[in-house]
Amino acid sequence: MTVMFYIALALLSLAIGCFVYRVVKGPTVADRVIALDAIGICLAGIVAVLSILLETSVFLEIILLIGILAFLGTAAFAKFLQKGVVIERDGNH
Amino acid sequence: MAGALLTLISAIGVLRLPDVYTRSHAISKSTTLGMIFILMGTLFYFWLKHDHFNSRLLLAIVFLFLTSPVSAHLISRAAYYSGVRPWEGTVRDDLAERRENRTKSAE
Repeated sequence: MTVMFYIALALLSLAIGCFVYRVVKGPTVADRVIALDAIGICLAGIVAVLSILLETSVFLEIILLIGILAFLGTAAFAKFLQKGVVIERDGNH
Repeated sequence: MAGALLTLISAIGVLRLPDVYTRSHAISKSTTLGMIFILMGTLFYFWLKHDHFNSRLLLAIVFLFLTSPVSAHLISRAAYYSGVRPWEGTVRDDLAERRENRTKSAE
């Protein structure tokens, strides 16, 4: 049964390799951002499989943290792509 | 034990990505499904085998399920408004008609 987890780990690493290729070679900035988001989510999955393999449940908060960070990064990049700045200013001050 | 099977299925689902990874939507959806499978597998593993129900994992599943479409929509909207047009380099045939409809409706 442990072999299945190792196979899953290898497949996830392969997926991350494909995403890294997309980040390096991506034709547009949006592709790169999407691939970075997917890398973050895959990293959360790797942490989950690793916590099963190591029989500990202390890594499971990290999954939530990685998910939140990936979403925040993608949202900030989307704002930056659309408007050029991350934090808007009104110009009154 | 249910976790192992689900994790393997989801890893194969994640491996499906190299076929469609030019499409940002496809990446987002397939990765979300695979990750939800993996996290549910982990949840059931710790629940059934160690009698330890982890609520943070459930929270992570819900959060991922909520934010992944939102982030995909945000990034594609930003790409459209910045004039990047990320769907111009794709070669898939079944998306071409949809793409034309989309650009037509956008014009």
